[in-house]
Amino acid sequence: MSSLAGTGTLIRFILRRDRVRLPIWVLGIALSMMGSVASFADTYPTAADRQKRAEVLDSAMAQLFVGPGYGTDHYTFGAMTANELLPFTAIVVALMSIFLVVRHTRAEEEDGRAELVRAGVVGRHASTVATLTVVCGAQLLLALLLTFGLPASLSELSTSGSFAFAAALAGVGLVFAGVAVAVAQLTANARTALGISSMVLGATYLIRAIGDMTGTNLAWLSPFGWATEMRAYVDVRWWPLLLSAGLTIGLVAAAVRINARRDVGSGIIADRPGRPTASPLLGSPLGLAFRLQRVSLLAWSLSLFLLGLVYGSIADEAASLYEDISALDDYLARIGAADPADQYLAITLSISALIAVGYAVQSTLRARGEEAGKRAEPVLAASVSRWRWAGSHLVMALGGSVVLMFAYGLGVGVSRAISAEDLGELPRLIGAALAYTPALWVFAGFAVALFGLLPRAVGAAWALLGFVAFVGFLGPLLQLPEWVYDISPVERVPDLPVAEFAAGPLLALTLIAAALVGVGLLGFWRRDLAEA
Amino acid sequence: MTSLAISVSGLVKTFGSTRALDGLDLSVATGEVHGFLGPNGSGKTTTIRVLLGLLRADSGAVRLLDGDPWRDAVALHRRLAYVPGDVNLWPNLTGGEAIDLLGRLRGGLDPKRRADLLDRFDLDPTKKARSYSKGNRQKVALVSALASDVDLLILDEPTSGLDPLMEALFQDCIDEWKDEGRTVLLSSHILAEIEALCDRVSIIRLGKTVETGTLADLRHLTRTSIAAETERPISGLDELPGVHDLHVEGERARFDVDTPQLDGVLRRLTEFGVRSLTSQPPTLEELFLRHYGDELAANGVDVAAGEPAGERS
Repeated sequence: MSSLAGTGTLIRFILRRDRVRLPIWVLGIALSMMGSVASFADTYPTAADRQKRAEVLDSAMAQLFVGPGYGTDHYTFGAMTANELLPFTAIVVALMSIFLVVRHTRAEEEDGRAELVRAGVVGRHASTVATLTVVCGAQLLLALLLTFGLPASLSELSTSGSFAFAAALAGVGLVFAGVAVAVAQLTANARTALGISSMVLGATYLIRAIGDMTGTNLAWLSPFGWATEMRAYVDVRWWPLLLSAGLTIGLVAAAVRINARRDVGSGIIADRPGRPTASPLLGSPLGLAFRLQRVSLLAWSLSLFLLGLVYGSIADEAASLYEDISALDDYLARIGAADPADQYLAITLSISALIAVGYAVQSTLRARGEEAGKRAEPVLAASVSRWRWAGSHLVMALGGSVVLMFAYGLGVGVSRAISAEDLGELPRLIGAALAYTPALWVFAGFAVALFGLLPRAVGAAWALLGFVAFVGFLGPLLQLPEWVYDISPVERVPDLPVAEFAAGPLLALTLIAAALVGVGLLGFWRRDLAEA
Repeated sequence: MTSLAISVSGLVKTFGSTRALDGLDLSVATGEVHGFLGPNGSGKTTTIRVLLGLLRADSGAVRLLDGDPWRDAVALHRRLAYVPGDVNLWPNLTGGEAIDLLGRLRGGLDPKRRADLLDRFDLDPTKKARSYSKGNRQKVALVSALASDVDLLILDEPTSGLDPLMEALFQDCIDEWKDEGRTVLLSSHILAEIEALCDRVSIIRLGKTVETGTLADLRHLTRTSIAAETERPISGLDELPGVHDLHVEGERARFDVDTPQLDGVLRRLTEFGVRSLTSQPPTLEELFLRHYGDELAANGVDVAAGEPAGERS
């Protein structure tokens, strides 16, 4: 078939280009799954512990994150793996397919490289087929690793159960490879293709979650539902896999049909024309920074609000679980004895603050991205001082940090106020969340300092976040010495709403942040513009 | 206000061990279109970035519109517009939004002129910048700059992505700009563009100014390469003035000739019955090497490698 000429070469080419990326995806997912199941044995040592855990899953909110809850009456490690790890991991696996497929199909076309390739002896469908071969191969390899890796990490998991679990994940991976291949045909822009595919992911996940929460058959409309309905480890059924296979084939067939007709580089959906003139808002460095970051700020705020809503609504159930888990005793001792629900809220708040740090760092480093992308040059060549330009991005980072923590506090506060029937919970929890803002500022300040002094090493800001997250999540298990915690700005914040509010540490964090920002801005003011 | 819009003397800028600018001089009078000519990598863009306060000079005196380009950047930039050679725009903004944004950051632009320029450059302002070609991104920066009410225009190879039609239009726009008494610094490596537009020219190589003057002053730079084929064997060309690098093989000849001597040489050539004739202006790099190779070598520059040689100065 001449339309497939060159497929073999392209497969080798994709493997060569992604020789680092592919192993990171596959091994990253496999190893974190194996680590997660291995930790089950420590966290829930007895059958009673596991049964307690199963009771938490009965809440409707919990089913947003876990499956419909099969085998909760006899909650084995297998049932735990299938219920609690499958839905989330399925999202990651779906993202892996989407990112890889778009990268090798539409992104190549958009950048004009596909034109160069297609001018050679390469068939019309070769790059689509080569991409699908590699991505599906990666999904199957991952399934193989999980089939044998999961039982090796936790001996209570059976190989046959793990095989069904891995197959359920692979099913989701294949469907979204199909989704991405089809969507990549529709739009001429790779970012839009990623966006539409991710929207399909989000919508189908939500359909599954709503179906499970309401106990209806809605989940059968979603590939995520097909995965959980395979009931791995509990009551294995193989036929939902046929639905995944069928949909994948249908999507690929549709993509091939479109691809056979359209021009290289074109899409089906035309780029909508935008505004011919700028709105009055877009006339200052701050207006520009806001324009560039508003979507990101909105998405982060919404996510943190929802996260707060969920954590708040399951606080009572979750707190009762915490009490009974001996492995968490050390952790709770660090926080101090208090109302169990508050303890739970304090722990989830510090985790959420750490997530919000991601925004603070990302938003601050946007300035560096603009500089390296040579988009700072035309702005600074206009009548804009360096202070004002860098300061505008900083306003988004520092101000956005406040917005994010407020959004989280609002989410927790609203759901707690409803479940505890106490409106006073709302200001109390918003206040607790806002107390973490200075910690976020310290991370932003560190990023600014790097930007000003070592602009090519700004990645270190992410490394600090990684280190702090590592200490925060694994510190109690590894029993790290106290001083390690002291480094982390997040640990410096009083454990609200359990601990007493103390202004001292927050003031200190704010001053440290201010000093870092000052050093960074001064460094930027003195240095050459460093492009690339 | 002095009559110099830009005055640079002894400008030095190093990046690590690389000496990008090595004592550069440049003076641009108010109201003139000044050509800033040099091969790629000679330091044109670095000079412009110093003038814009984006890079800090290591040593030398730099004055721009009677101010210090580093210290007074914000005030000075209100009076100038800049078009980079490699225009990068925000992918999510439309061309129209980018034009307005850059204009407003400079202190506002003339909406009538903006509309007129969009029309003349045939640019669709509703398209997202990510779908623009290099030429269209350049048009965005040009429209924004030309629609601004400023004294000085700094252009860094502004036509590298434009087609010949648009290039002609660009030249018209610069002529109009000049008629209004405004100043232009135009960096380029295209000799023809400089010849068409500029009053005076500065030529730089390896971070140094090698020649400054009016185009008439620099006329001796232009030499034409000739390749000819005749009916009878060619002889006697070597006796003529202005002929260089002559290669004769029977009825074929290749040589360079100083443009003022072109007429006499062609007359001699026709005596042998010309069958085919091609002529082309030499590339700038060839000109530089031919004219300044010896001089640069004497100044401690290794011409073959194109790099400064050691610490000798």
